[in-house]
Amino acid sequence: MSGSTTYQSPHTAVSNPPVTPVAAGFGEADLVRRSATSDLPPPQRQLTPVAKLIDVSKCIGCKACQSACIEWNDTHPDIGENHGIYDNPRDLTENMFTLMRFTEWVNPETDNLEWLIRKDGCMHCSDPGCLKACPAPGAIVQYTNGIVDFVHENCIGCGYCVKGCPFNIPRISKADHRSYKCTLCSDRVAVGQGPACAKACPTQAIVFGTKEDMKRHAEGRIADLKSRGYANAGLYDPPGVGGTHVMYVLHHNDRPSLYAGLPDNPRISPIVQTWKGVTKYVGLAAMGFLAAGSLIHGVFARPNRVTQEDDVHGEDLVEGKPVPPPKPETYGPGSGEHR
Amino acid sequence: MVERIQPGDAIHPGKPSTVDRYGPLARLNHWVTALSLILLALSGLALFTPSLYWLTGLFGGGQNTRALHPWIGVVLFVSFFVFFFQLWKANLPQRVDWVWLSKIRDLLGGHEENLPELGKYNAGQKFIFWGMAGLILVLIASGVLIWEQYFADYVDIPIRRIAVITHSIAAVLIICIFILHVYAAIWTRGTLRAMTRGDVTAGWAWRHHRKWLRDLARQRRIDPAE
Amino acid sequence: MTNSWTDIKNADLVVVMGGNAAEAHPCGFKWVTEAKAHRGAKLIVVDPRYTRTASVSDYYAPIRQGSDIAFLNGLINYCITNDKVQWEYTKAYTNAAFIVKEGFGYQDGLFTGYDEEKRDYDRSTWDYEIGEDGFAKVDPTLQHPRCVWNLLKQHVSVYTPEMVSNICGTPKDKFLRVAEMIAETSAPNKVMTSMYALGWTQHSHGAQNIRAMAMLQLILGNIGLRGGGMNALRGHSNIQGLTDLGLMSHLLTGYLNMPSEAEPDYDTYMKSRQFKPLRPGQTSYWQNYSKFMVSFQKAMWGEVAAAENDWCYDYLSKLDVPAYDILRMFELMNQGRVNGYICQGFNPLMAVPDRAKVTSSLSKLKFLITMDPLETETARFWENHGEFNNVDTRSIQTEVIQLPTVCFAEDEGSLTNSGRWLQWFWPAATPPGEARPDTAIMAEILLRMRELYKKEGGAFPDPVLNLSWDYHNPREPEPEELAREINGRALVDLKDPADPSKVLVPAGKQVVNFSQLRDDGSTMCGCWIYSGNFNEAGNNMARRDNRDPSGLGTHAGWTFAWPLNRRTLYNGASADTQGRPWDPSRKLLEWDGTKWVSDDVPDIGVNAKPGEVQPFIMNQEGVSRLFARGLMRDGPFPAHLEPFESPVQNVFNRRMRGNPVGRIFESDVGRFGNADEFPFFATSYRLTEHFHYWTKHNRVNAALQPEFFVEISEELAALRGVTAGSWVRVWSKRGSVKARAVVTKRIRPLQCDGKTVHIVGVPIHWGFMGAARKGHSVNTLTMPVGEANIETPAVKAFLVNLEPTTAPGVQS
Repeated sequence: MSGSTTYQSPHTAVSNPPVTPVAAGFGEADLVRRSATSDLPPPQRQLTPVAKLIDVSKCIGCKACQSACIEWNDTHPDIGENHGIYDNPRDLTENMFTLMRFTEWVNPETDNLEWLIRKDGCMHCSDPGCLKACPAPGAIVQYTNGIVDFVHENCIGCGYCVKGCPFNIPRISKADHRSYKCTLCSDRVAVGQGPACAKACPTQAIVFGTKEDMKRHAEGRIADLKSRGYANAGLYDPPGVGGTHVMYVLHHNDRPSLYAGLPDNPRISPIVQTWKGVTKYVGLAAMGFLAAGSLIHGVFARPNRVTQEDDVHGEDLVEGKPVPPPKPETYGPGSGEHR
Repeated sequence: MVERIQPGDAIHPGKPSTVDRYGPLARLNHWVTALSLILLALSGLALFTPSLYWLTGLFGGGQNTRALHPWIGVVLFVSFFVFFFQLWKANLPQRVDWVWLSKIRDLLGGHEENLPELGKYNAGQKFIFWGMAGLILVLIASGVLIWEQYFADYVDIPIRRIAVITHSIAAVLIICIFILHVYAAIWTRGTLRAMTRGDVTAGWAWRHHRKWLRDLARQRRIDPAE
Repeated sequence: MTNSWTDIKNADLVVVMGGNAAEAHPCGFKWVTEAKAHRGAKLIVVDPRYTRTASVSDYYAPIRQGSDIAFLNGLINYCITNDKVQWEYTKAYTNAAFIVKEGFGYQDGLFTGYDEEKRDYDRSTWDYEIGEDGFAKVDPTLQHPRCVWNLLKQHVSVYTPEMVSNICGTPKDKFLRVAEMIAETSAPNKVMTSMYALGWTQHSHGAQNIRAMAMLQLILGNIGLRGGGMNALRGHSNIQGLTDLGLMSHLLTGYLNMPSEAEPDYDTYMKSRQFKPLRPGQTSYWQNYSKFMVSFQKAMWGEVAAAENDWCYDYLSKLDVPAYDILRMFELMNQGRVNGYICQGFNPLMAVPDRAKVTSSLSKLKFLITMDPLETETARFWENHGEFNNVDTRSIQTEVIQLPTVCFAEDEGSLTNSGRWLQWFWPAATPPGEARPDTAIMAEILLRMRELYKKEGGAFPDPVLNLSWDYHNPREPEPEELAREINGRALVDLKDPADPSKVLVPAGKQVVNFSQLRDDGSTMCGCWIYSGNFNEAGNNMARRDNRDPSGLGTHAGWTFAWPLNRRTLYNGASADTQGRPWDPSRKLLEWDGTKWVSDDVPDIGVNAKPGEVQPFIMNQEGVSRLFARGLMRDGPFPAHLEPFESPVQNVFNRRMRGNPVGRIFESDVGRFGNADEFPFFATSYRLTEHFHYWTKHNRVNAALQPEFFVEISEELAALRGVTAGSWVRVWSKRGSVKARAVVTKRIRPLQCDGKTVHIVGVPIHWGFMGAARKGHSVNTLTMPVGEANIETPAVKAFLVNLEPTTAPGVQS
């Protein structure tokens, strides 16, 4: 069970599944973050951080990853249209957790066309904006191995995660009003398997293992790319979100945005930070202060009551009896008198 | 500035004499709006901070809260603006409001007699009226922008982020105004009946809205309705 | 493939030309990425389109489709001119030194002997000078003016970089960069692999495209080595198996030939199949032809096949034409001369060029039987699907019978991959409904026909009545039974010729492999090249030992590779004439003084001395052929030929259209367009998201690439006022389609012979059945031309016009 300390994190996606049933290797007790939950008990153990490394330079855009993702998660993406490009479905959807995005770019230095193909999907940020934004307790969780997962039974479909995500990943289902994204195949990883996309990738452009191993693997790939003239090849593991558990090897790491708008320096939007930070506290304080102030005033100050004199004057006015004349300041100069 | 007598406002001599302040439609409007606002505040706060997430229980869970909140917002918006068009003229600011405001301490200190004579609404009520009106516009606009179910495809995420923080701040403000409004209505005794029975006593009117009462009395003499 | 998929990881340079490995063979392409990642290999892509393969290449050069021979001859010329030749290899292992007959020549784009009337060559001068000893004359010094080397040198000399650029549209600097990279592999320790597919084969000069690259590979010394070779990427999981097992009208199994009318009896047939060595001491393995042929006849007719009746040679049909290929069959249907058609695992309504003709042909049939796991368009050719299949159903009288078959995942058997590996597989699911294995359906047809023949007689019932059918369950032969039959067995005790007291194989036992086959009727074998697949050691195709002690991708314990579990063909050429490997770090074969040592199966007699017995054992010469003699109909050297529809004329002979010996039918002559009317140059191809017309039935694949489109350059889009994602109409002389426009930088107009050539890319894959959106099909546009040697339809280059239009079903 989840408390077991014998769980071995998968080191590769290539191995074949064990034939015997395996209990999940991690669970509730391994959460390091849980959305809208302040009293989460600290995890009893630290799982080895895992990562998926997507080597864009090895990717052939075959969409086997998309296909495997659909099959494993049993989603049913719509059969759409051709929009004049190769990206299909046109965008991530609640039924398509990962997507090849194709960019045609003429390198001004070489005047050669480069067809940059990036597999888009959840980056599994160490500091996940979705989780930060989520108002529903336990709808988004982060395990100590770095996987950020959506727990659909707790999801309320508000779309705050969409606003919190610096990568524009979560999609809300119009059918069941729950948010969906790549789970890093947490269900597979929990039983010692790599993600379905990595397993399916024919060129092993997608590899999976411990984050440390993946970084080391990336170093080799980057050295190879540099030897082929890509001087700016590098690893995309953006520090703005505390690093990610899905990383890219990019030939042009100096310009991530070339790759279908991959953020150059992603971080949780300051607006979202303010919204989930100072606004929340100041707002609660303001409302609380006002309510308390009113209460105190109500208790300690005399209520504003109609006096007997007021009643007499009022009745007199109604009956046409003489009443005190209007106060002079009632009708200021030039205000004119009502007729 | 000329202040018109609002249709429906009228004096009924008796023991005690009463003054009609709000007709049935206005009261219905008010209470629909009020109820909506309360529900919106409860459901909104539930999503605003995890410490109040338990409030979703009142609506049958998070999913229902998320689904209902925007629709209640639409009800509030429509209801409030029907109300708005009945009251806005009487709430136009006047020079006397500044005088009144400058002496607000006298009011809170129980010396209302030092304040100028007022028409149907005082500056505080007008502030609440316009504050509510403005914030409801902001809330409905920002709310639509973050209404995931129907409008997500049409709004860029950076705009949605601005909308969600705007919505939150506006919601905090409107709740503050709401608290003021409720407290003022309770603290000023004899006020609540204006929104329940629709009338106030002549004495209440004399004390708080003397010019309004004088105008109504004058009107009655010129044009004896009953 | 001469080599195997796993061997590609040993390459220093991978050239993908005439194919799109990453898209059409993504799993195999893994080995290219392995070579890149672990050997620092470079990848070159030469293609009209910047493909997904190009996206991971080190260098890309554009080329006009169909002009590959000019490019490749240009490369050969570059290597010769710049002395980038693996000389030791070329001299020892090719026919460079062989002297060609006097009279052979090449002029105005034609070889000696052309007969314009017959559209054929008299090939008698295309041969070696034979000495009095009966062997071909050679000049090892390469000085003789008519030695192959000098003829080749002269033949390719016109293909200068300027000429290549002019014909192919490849910028000169890009051609030269490619040439430079390729020429480097002339070093003995540098190896290039060639990966190609239908981008080369589906032209009227398809076989010559491949020859040109094979010749380049030979002079670079890259054939037979690890990481080298000519690697045809087969487009089906089992299309290699199809040709191996002779599913072509002119073939029996194992590349034995169907007899022709000119060979009325067995002796005549065998007379031209003696394969006497052309050089002393050479193997010429086809000398064993009769053993394979007789064993095949014994497998077919068992006891009945005997020496007295020439092994039932009379039972074999005799071809009156070179082949009854698919184009010819549809021509005959259209003429009303073929009126019944069993269409097994095939979708000709989508696949055969000139769809209008296909529809017309199918409509004239009396009956059409389809055997398929899917609802194919062919089975529904009579059904009106609006403009996607606009037929008048009432006028079609063809009776259509659909027989559902199991799909591969519900079946058991073996698939032969591109690397010649016979891989056994097991069913993963139970077939749905009434689906039955193809073998069961065929068996039922046979048994019922046999009953009818028994009852009613007939002109010649013997081949059917006597067909050997000794299966456990005659109504459904088991895959293992068939595999054992293919392997072959001894019919009597096979005695050791050296020691008759020793029985090599007892009667009834499986032969070890084809080396034990005999032509005296004592053995039977269904397909000699596969023999060894299922011998007394068991089902070798089911082996799954993936160990690789050398680390060089041999994997000898994984399934079974034909022939003899040999992973790399011509591997004798991986060592020099002393028997030392050209590159010790990629050792394949090594001579230890008495025998060849290898982790592969040597493709040469194990005790055949290096330098004496040459490694191209299937050739009578013992060496490989830079000069193909008369073995190809369109020339002993590849020469640049334009497609039958081309935007430019052949620069070597402006009168010549297409391949002068390419096959077109009289009735199709009017179905070709020219560049005035159809100014754009189209090509057809596959996309990685789909497999032919199958996967559009699958909702996953359909979602990943849902709709028919064409790809055009930004320049052509501007010229015709087309925007990305809008609808265009594309039409050729033969038909018109509507498609979405993908406007891309990946296709650029080319400058060829002073003209701007705009390329239109038309993917296959859509039709009117299945889960994907209904779409038009590319074969509406393509030409009914057959390749000169093998009649493969030439669908990779054709002329079209293009204009903006409205969506299908919407009136403009």
